[in-house]
Amino acid sequence: MESLPILAKGLQVTLYIFVIAIILGFLIGLVVALLRLAPIKILNWIAKVYVDAIRGTPFIVQLFFIYFGLNSLHIISLNNSAAGIITVAINAGAYFAEIIRAGIQSIDKGQTEAARSIGFTASQTMRHIILPQAFRRMLPTITNQSIISLKDTSLLSVIGIADLTQQGQIQASATFEAFKIWLTVGVIYFIVIYLLTLLANFVERRFELR
Amino acid sequence: MSIITVKNLRKSFGNLEVLKDINAEVQEKEVICVIGPSGSGKSTFLRCLNRLEEISGGEVVINGHNITDPKININKVRQEVGMVFQQFNLFPHKTVLENITLGPIKILSKDKAVAEKMALELLDKVGLKEKAGSYPGELSGGQKQRVAIARALAMNPKIMLFDEPTSALDPEMVGDVLEVMKQLAKEGMTMVVVTHEMGFAREVGDRVIFMDGGYIVEENEPNELFGNPQHERTKAFLSKIL
Repeated sequence: MESLPILAKGLQVTLYIFVIAIILGFLIGLVVALLRLAPIKILNWIAKVYVDAIRGTPFIVQLFFIYFGLNSLHIISLNNSAAGIITVAINAGAYFAEIIRAGIQSIDKGQTEAARSIGFTASQTMRHIILPQAFRRMLPTITNQSIISLKDTSLLSVIGIADLTQQGQIQASATFEAFKIWLTVGVIYFIVIYLLTLLANFVERRFELR
Repeated sequence: MSIITVKNLRKSFGNLEVLKDINAEVQEKEVICVIGPSGSGKSTFLRCLNRLEEISGGEVVINGHNITDPKININKVRQEVGMVFQQFNLFPHKTVLENITLGPIKILSKDKAVAEKMALELLDKVGLKEKAGSYPGELSGGQKQRVAIARALAMNPKIMLFDEPTSALDPEMVGDVLEVMKQLAKEGMTMVVVTHEMGFAREVGDRVIFMDGGYIVEENEPNELFGNPQHERTKAFLSKIL
């Protein structure tokens, strides 16, 4: 099938955007989760507004807002890849924030008390004691959200990003073999996500709580 | 000079006042046992001594540091005050050895090899040297608690606080933990022990404090307090448990 190399190029774009966006998204999520749990009301409030705003609006609206909306102000100019990465990162960040918050809160408060009683500061306690334990508990949900975000990248084709879905569209109309092309695109997504799941299972076993 | 001074200590949770007016002094090398019915405020009192509970009023001075002063670096003071919990609270993602060395390495900036050598000595002292590489999940309750004691001692504290250290243990495990605590007392550690172990209080305690309803009702040498209690509430409590 002569479309395969082109689809492979699309897959490359998909993975490139996914990897950058998911790392950014995780960092955003971590910061927002900590803001959410900080003992300062205004920070909690900012974090909550962010999470609610993202969860309460469709991904595609967020994408259009960032790409068309922000660009229309002529203050900054984002190309479509940048807008795509930012949207996926901000979107995933809100969900990661909730996952991380719940993970941190699930750790027994005796752990914090023990660490603080030794003389650890609040941030050392978070870094050495709470987050490593919380992270293990969060892994399955983090995997889940990562898979959702990977699939969300397919929506970036609507702002002209040449990802796997976009290349599929082009190939489908160029070859008139819509059935074969979309089946292939589906199988490629499936394989990537399946590999991601295997990786997650491996990581989970490595970090299993003893 | 006393190493712990507590003056007019008050502690409220919302509208509930659990410590009403606590005054106490502990001398260096003294072993104080705190007894009383549940809800009497004895654990809260102990937790105020390293400010795990924020103090609502009064003054607590630990080894010369007034920990009720909002400007004090409480983390520094806590390094001098070890604490052992009813539920052990070992770090499950760290080995026994790492549980003990984490504080010395990260807080006291000790060399890893030095910290590990000291940790092994402490483990030897509590009889668990062979468990250095195990994870807390692989230990029995009594072993966990002895590791927790070693972890607190690794910071080389001046004072040790024990919050019902044997209450979560199977009866046959209690002896080992009490043995370690007795040894510690013998070595001259200043200890405040919230406990239901009247035998321990009697044998090891220099003084026993009886608390009820957020007050210190009575304090005395163990033989006096157990043998000749002065207050009705002390008598009623002792008659129920002895």
